[in-house]
Amino acid sequence: MNLLIDVLSGLCLLAGSFLCLTGAIGLVRLPDMFCRLHAASLNETLGTPLILLGLILQVGLTLTSAKLALIVLFVLATNPTATHAMSRAALHSGERPIVDPEAQEKSSSKS
Amino acid sequence: MLLSLLLAVAIAALRLRDLFAVVMLFGIYSLLTALFFMDLDAVDVAFTEAAVGAGVSTILLLAALRLVGRYEKPHRHNPLLPLVVVCATGAALIYGLSDAPRFGDANAPAQTHVAPRYLSEGPAETGLPNVVTAVLASYRGFDTLGETVVVFTAGLAVLLLLGMSSPSPIPDFGSEDDQRMQRHAAKGLIPFILLYALYVQFHGDFGAGGGFQAGVIFAAGLVLYDLVLGHLHTRQVIQDGLLIRLGALGVLIYGCVGLYSLLSGQPYLDYSALAKDPVHGQHLGILLVELGVGLTVFSIITLIYYAFSARRVKA
Amino acid sequence: MLVATLIALFLSMVLILLRAFAGPSVYDRVLAVNMFGTKTVLVIAVGGYALGWTSYVDVALLYAMINFIGTIAVLRFFEATAPEQATPDESNGEPRP
Repeated sequence: MNLLIDVLSGLCLLAGSFLCLTGAIGLVRLPDMFCRLHAASLNETLGTPLILLGLILQVGLTLTSAKLALIVLFVLATNPTATHAMSRAALHSGERPIVDPEAQEKSSSKS
Repeated sequence: MLLSLLLAVAIAALRLRDLFAVVMLFGIYSLLTALFFMDLDAVDVAFTEAAVGAGVSTILLLAALRLVGRYEKPHRHNPLLPLVVVCATGAALIYGLSDAPRFGDANAPAQTHVAPRYLSEGPAETGLPNVVTAVLASYRGFDTLGETVVVFTAGLAVLLLLGMSSPSPIPDFGSEDDQRMQRHAAKGLIPFILLYALYVQFHGDFGAGGGFQAGVIFAAGLVLYDLVLGHLHTRQVIQDGLLIRLGALGVLIYGCVGLYSLLSGQPYLDYSALAKDPVHGQHLGILLVELGVGLTVFSIITLIYYAFSARRVKA
Repeated sequence: MLVATLIALFLSMVLILLRAFAGPSVYDRVLAVNMFGTKTVLVIAVGGYALGWTSYVDVALLYAMINFIGTIAVLRFFEATAPEQATPDESNGEPRP
């Protein structure tokens, strides 16, 4: 039973840290602000609860793990709201996402 | 590792001209500093740094940025003389530090004078497991009274300089349709934040926390309310006049606890006069004193935020 | 495994700092600060458990809240201050419906 919990928690931690790392790599490498927003926040909103879930499995059922579960709920509730607020603010101030100009010309020439 | 990140952030903050970006880099700076404090096992300090540095300071700096320009104006003086002065001062400081005891040295004067007594007798004398709160509120209670009065004076100064009413009507955001999501999220989260502030206030006796941190978190919850739902609603919830009175009430509570001890024949702020059993008296005194501190800190930070955000246009 | 998580989180922090330094627009920097805050929450939680810090969960919970409030505040203030910066001649895409 202990081995099962250890393996599960290790898997959760591994998956969560992989997601967080790829989110950060996407933040650096992607060309446009909206692309970066999409990649980074999606990865982070899943990666953070996974890492905290792995931690909860390791800690066991105590007050600490209850508080960690509260952090998970909080992050799940606030991260998408913050992402929405950021994209709305960027859109309002005039930033526009990059769309492939060649594909646009092809579609306009077809129709 | 953390130090190098800190240095990189500081250098970047110096080089940038866009002050919004600098404010955000300062937010990252205080996050890194809080990690430092956690690493040095100073949890209460990390708590306060998190609440004040990354939260309230950033918000107040942004509110101040609205009144001054967004971009740093180019310098007009020669940077050579300031560089010489800074290098000379830094060299003098490093030379002076070379005589100081090593970090964490057990024989350093700071560790051998009163610190062992606080650590060994603190929990027994005051009844609190958290030595930081015991030192802050009981052993060094007079210092904390001074700090609370300083916070209150800062609020008074801001009131005198800025006032809380605005000279021109303020455009009220928060009622537009596509902000429904933010409003709903905030409405769900604000009670939780305020509840957490109360938890921190009363849990400070046993874990990290205390009056200062609780006041800041409470103010942060109200700031979120103001940001998302508009200033009209917020000023209906907590009126301007109420804030300064709450701040004064906090200082009054603190002072009156000391006065009660004085009138009972004990020295000023000796809490053992508050109950029959000295330990109970200490516990009660610390509870009341932290309440006073929390009230004052909350009301003054909210007051400063109101004062800054009431000025929407450059004077 | 915890050590590997901590190393991955530190690497992410360095990458996020790169974006915070280099981001051409303010929104890139706001995104970077928001992500940095979440990574800090994770480092405090994982590092606190691994290195045995006291009361680390309270600090992590506080940071999650402050991070959110800070992000919303920056976006509000920036929106209220900055004039409309739309540059229709430079944008090369359609706005999302």
